[in-house]
Amino acid sequence: MHKILLTTAVMAVPAMAEVSDGKVKIGILNDQSGVYADFGGKNSVEAAKMAIEDFGGKVLDAPIELVSADHQNKPDIASNIARQWYDTDQVDTIMDLTTSSVGLAVQALSLDKKKITINTGAATTDLTGKACTPYGFHWAYDTHMLAVGTGGALVKEGGDSWFFLTADYAFGYSLEEQTSNVVKEHGGTVVGTVRHPLATTDFSSFLLQAQSSGAKVIGLANAGLDTQNAIKQAAEFGITAGGQKLAALLFSIAEVHGLGVEAAQGLTLTESFYWNRNPESAAFGKRFFERTGAMPNMVHAGTYSAVTQYLKAVQAAGTDETEAVAKKLHEMPVDDVFAQGGKVGPNGRLIKDAYLMEVKAPADVKEDWDYYKVLATIPGDQAFLDPAKSGCPLVK
Amino acid sequence: MTMIFGVPLQALMGQLLVGLINGSFYALLSLGLAIIFGLLRVINFAHGAQYMLGAFAALLLLTVGGVNYWFALILAPLIVGLFAAVIERTMLSRLYKLDPLYGLLFTFGLALAIEGTFRYFYGASGKPYAPPPQLTGAVNLGFMFLPVYRGWVVIASLAVCIASWVLIEKTKLGAYLRAATENPVLVQAFGVNVPLLLTLTYALGAGLAAFAGVLAAPVYQVSPLMGSNLIIIVFAVVVVGGMGSILGAIVTGYLLGVVEGLTKVFYPEASNIVIFVIMAIVLILRPAGLFGKEA
Repeated sequence: MHKILLTTAVMAVPAMAEVSDGKVKIGILNDQSGVYADFGGKNSVEAAKMAIEDFGGKVLDAPIELVSADHQNKPDIASNIARQWYDTDQVDTIMDLTTSSVGLAVQALSLDKKKITINTGAATTDLTGKACTPYGFHWAYDTHMLAVGTGGALVKEGGDSWFFLTADYAFGYSLEEQTSNVVKEHGGTVVGTVRHPLATTDFSSFLLQAQSSGAKVIGLANAGLDTQNAIKQAAEFGITAGGQKLAALLFSIAEVHGLGVEAAQGLTLTESFYWNRNPESAAFGKRFFERTGAMPNMVHAGTYSAVTQYLKAVQAAGTDETEAVAKKLHEMPVDDVFAQGGKVGPNGRLIKDAYLMEVKAPADVKEDWDYYKVLATIPGDQAFLDPAKSGCPLVK
Repeated sequence: MTMIFGVPLQALMGQLLVGLINGSFYALLSLGLAIIFGLLRVINFAHGAQYMLGAFAALLLLTVGGVNYWFALILAPLIVGLFAAVIERTMLSRLYKLDPLYGLLFTFGLALAIEGTFRYFYGASGKPYAPPPQLTGAVNLGFMFLPVYRGWVVIASLAVCIASWVLIEKTKLGAYLRAATENPVLVQAFGVNVPLLLTLTYALGAGLAAFAGVLAAPVYQVSPLMGSNLIIIVFAVVVVGGMGSILGAIVTGYLLGVVEGLTKVFYPEASNIVIFVIMAIVLILRPAGLFGKEA
């Protein structure tokens, strides 16, 4: 009799005990003060908060906590924060991780610490390619999606010679290389490239080089404030008026808003989310807007989806133990406001549709933030690399 | 086509001109820094923030008050100068007696607070500012397409640099200022109001930064980060020119702008460090800077 009682007692305990430290703690680590502060930034933290509230604030009866920090786009600072979060602050998973160099560093560290990362802010395909890990996930977009979307579309329109303005670090190289490949596959040529330091204010020298190259398309393989300044100054030097087309390879609605439609009109770009695409996304967008004063871009919506999916996986696994949750994340389909019918590859890549967009002319903008015309939907299996060809050692 | 080190002469001419344009910003900003350091012995880390304030003042004057670019060019430096005068009177002046390090820390903190405040309201992306209608368009110079506005930047900054230099080196007010830095007690004994002079100097330096900010607004995105991206380079310019040397700051500003422009052609990856390499070399060979007096 005693024996039976004891067994029942032991069996009843796990539900609570399976959540480490009695709580599930999510960390949002991104750039909150630098060139990418609008791309992810504090609005990404707000998106995570929304996801936790929508989930009910609890999973497996354990409270869900959120912490956030600014990594200043520096991999060393990011690694130190991540280490402290894992070692002493009981953080279970880290998300957002804008900037490719940071994303790669923290994903590698998390493998050592055996923790899950869901990257929504960084672009490099290496995260789910040669640097893939069993616990690393890449959620919102990547350089392959941007290259196929924007690069492919422009070559088809006749933009068959390209000159690249590339940010001088991992992300820029990755984006430039993959867009070059897409351009060449479609029969185009790359006539030149120039690499500029991150956070350059004056692009005129680089733009003059691009102008004199005579290329039909100037590919901006950079992001955030860098792209904004390059676009603004390209107009000043008569580059767009002279017939050359600008391709902003990584540009989101947050940057379009900052630059203004006047300067951004006619730009072709690719995002994996647009708030005004259907009624569900618009409802989400408006809720997000009420909290932040800005509409969500693909990083914000991606972070919302990543947090939600992580919590669903914890629930399904009945524990927040890394191995079990990672298994669920790999298995479960992703269906939410961000991804419909999304699936996660064995390399950790979320495969979902992406959208090719054009920035409307100011006269066509009906309300604030109504900036895009959706030109085409790029199916997930075209937008993202086939996991088998990603170069990820985990995929056999 | 004539080639120099594998670069067409035409492209090189274009880059020299672009370098001169950037040099204009460096010269204006380092001039203000040099004046403040020369007379107050304060290393004004808030200079980048004051430059950013100038640009935002122009933006707000336009969007809220409907004040156009030309009036903003005068009003924004006055507003920022006034703000700086208040800061100097109420806070900075209390630190003069202490180690110069306190002034540096104070202005650094001030810069972070101002930038943080603007980032809270405007985000990192900031807002665009359209160039004045009189200065839009571009001229084809044969070797390059020169935006009219950029040409104006060079002319305006040269004029202001020369005017500031004349004010300090050639006028009676300037003579008082210079005397007050040499021996404030003696100058005060002659009946000159030295604290007022110092306040005016700080306001003038900040006003120059704001002027550069208004000039920059139509060229760069008006963003809370615009100052911090530039300030470190400007410090290097001041060090190379010689701390406190006004002529040195102006000449070095243009010179380093051109050097940086050329680096962007020959080895773009090094364009953000070339100025610091030059600074290191100058510090080794001539610790007082190119135009500094050996102490």
